[in-house]
Amino acid sequence: MSNKIKNQEILFSPGSSYWGDVWLQFKKHKGALLGAIIFFGIVITVMLGPFLWPFEPNAIDIRSRNQGPSLLHPFGTDQLGRDTFSRMIAGGQTSITVGLAAMFLSLVLGTFIGVIAGYFKRLDGILMRFTDLFLSLPLLPLLLLMMFLFREPLSVSYGPERGMFILIVFAIGVTSWMPTARIVRGDVLALKQREFVIAARSIGTPDQKIIIRHILPNILSPILVSATLGIANAIITESALSFLGLGFPPDFPTWGRLLNDAVDYLQLHPERVMWPGLAISLTVLSINFLGDGLRDALDPRIRGR
Amino acid sequence: MFDYTVRRLLIAVPTLVIISLVIFLVLSLAPNDPMAQVPLTVPPEVKEKMREALGLGQPLYVQFWKWLVQFFWIEPQVLIDHYFGTNFSEDKLRVISWQTRAPVMDTVVQRLPQTLWVVGMSYVVAIAISIPIGIYSAYKQYSIFDQAGTFITMVGYSIPPFFTGPLVIVIFAVYLEWFPSTYDTLHEVNNWESFIVQLKQMFLPVMVLAIQGTAQISRYMRSAILDNLNQDYVRTARAKGLSESIVILVHVLRNSMIPVITVIALNLPLIFGGAIITEQVFKVNGIGQQLILAIYANDLPTIQTLTFIFAFLIVFFNLVADVLYALLDPRIRYE
Repeated sequence: MSNKIKNQEILFSPGSSYWGDVWLQFKKHKGALLGAIIFFGIVITVMLGPFLWPFEPNAIDIRSRNQGPSLLHPFGTDQLGRDTFSRMIAGGQTSITVGLAAMFLSLVLGTFIGVIAGYFKRLDGILMRFTDLFLSLPLLPLLLLMMFLFREPLSVSYGPERGMFILIVFAIGVTSWMPTARIVRGDVLALKQREFVIAARSIGTPDQKIIIRHILPNILSPILVSATLGIANAIITESALSFLGLGFPPDFPTWGRLLNDAVDYLQLHPERVMWPGLAISLTVLSINFLGDGLRDALDPRIRGR
Repeated sequence: MFDYTVRRLLIAVPTLVIISLVIFLVLSLAPNDPMAQVPLTVPPEVKEKMREALGLGQPLYVQFWKWLVQFFWIEPQVLIDHYFGTNFSEDKLRVISWQTRAPVMDTVVQRLPQTLWVVGMSYVVAIAISIPIGIYSAYKQYSIFDQAGTFITMVGYSIPPFFTGPLVIVIFAVYLEWFPSTYDTLHEVNNWESFIVQLKQMFLPVMVLAIQGTAQISRYMRSAILDNLNQDYVRTARAKGLSESIVILVHVLRNSMIPVITVIALNLPLIFGGAIITEQVFKVNGIGQQLILAIYANDLPTIQTLTFIFAFLIVFFNLVADVLYALLDPRIRYE
């Protein structure tokens, strides 16, 4: 009896909207909730940190070099006396900005190719072969190659930091759109046969309107899920490139770069590897949990169970 | 089945040619000058001659064709000569490294065993650990073991090898001093003691790569078993009175292995990518490290050849995955 009432309450609960239901399901996944809190915590710390923290990331204070953690420098200082915490904040800003920008680029590319391939039958075959071809490229070697070959000309024309930023975002975006394109194509193929799309076409709606008004809103959930996973992937790739010494210039901190610098002092100051490593791992872990929860919450088959 | 394999093979060949073209174009679009290291006192005419000697003066399609011929026609002949003592490849031009002035493939052949040992070993370890974990956490879904296992694999999946590498060095080489932090390639195994030394120096790199592999494979294993546990044939097998171990380990496991084997084959190239970083961390002189060295030295023939070898490995294992999938699941063959 009480069960029945409970069900009815859920059924007629006020303000039960699509995103309200998604939020209700998302809340149930404790790991995802925690992941979201940690990820947004890291983003806020990294974005607001420079305004609150007294030390400059590149201010050299040679007298207080190689210090361990203290109240003044909670993460210690490096071999030039630069405050590690402020460098971590600056590095996080770069790493997360690169992650977001590269994710956005790969999402736009993947969605575009996926929608075109799924919607226009004539282009499907060739675009999917193209996607398969990209999937069989050796991505890490190619990324390293692009970094090495195009680093200097871009630094000359856009300045060392901005040139590198453009190059990294472009390189990661261009090499990571394929999974999104495949998922989107599959969903568009299914959607195209649905009644509302056929109805829209029967009243003479042009293709681009159908795609924007009817198709895109309905493939939002797979796009959102691959967006979260895309951020994690981009952050890891950027850090890997910086770690191999083919990322941002040495005086420009990113998490991967800081990790690379710390490896040289592995024997003397092993704790220095921890901060950037933990930051990368924690960010990626929280994003992965967030993505998992989002996938469950946006899947109508799982939601409401 | 034979038709299917041949069809897949026929798709793989043009893919490889296009990939090598892409690599070639990326390299030739690059604004770098291989003569940048030559002293400024060398007059420009001489520099131009040196450039021509490297084959850089010719049009792009000629350069590409020459590379294709050297790699797919002359190098196999060298291999045949090496094994059968023939001399097909005499006086023929091989792919020469600009850095060492030696044939690229000779260096690759010297370095490939290290990479294959470390990568192969880590994959074997990863499979051996992840399959039992996957089976048990699916069988006891939502138990403490499953919850902990899912969390740990998520952590292992999220921590990149360039952090686990230094981390295990700090723990096992700096603090505990159990294992060496670098890999000594000159070490020869000829008795029990040297075998132990070899095992010890392989332990850390293999562990780093195995963590990555285990996390990926056990996640797939768990979900594949979960998909199969609710199938009708499982109920039938139990209703027949088969013991639980036979139901799980024979009926369910065999069906669940179909997608997992594909994932194992498809993930192998990813592990090779991770091997580039791991080799750099542990100073293993495999082909990943050679690639990094060649990139820094602007050694275009070596870069081209190594990148192509990585591409070949990816296409090859995709093919293996496709064929294995068709072999294990007859429905796929008649698509």
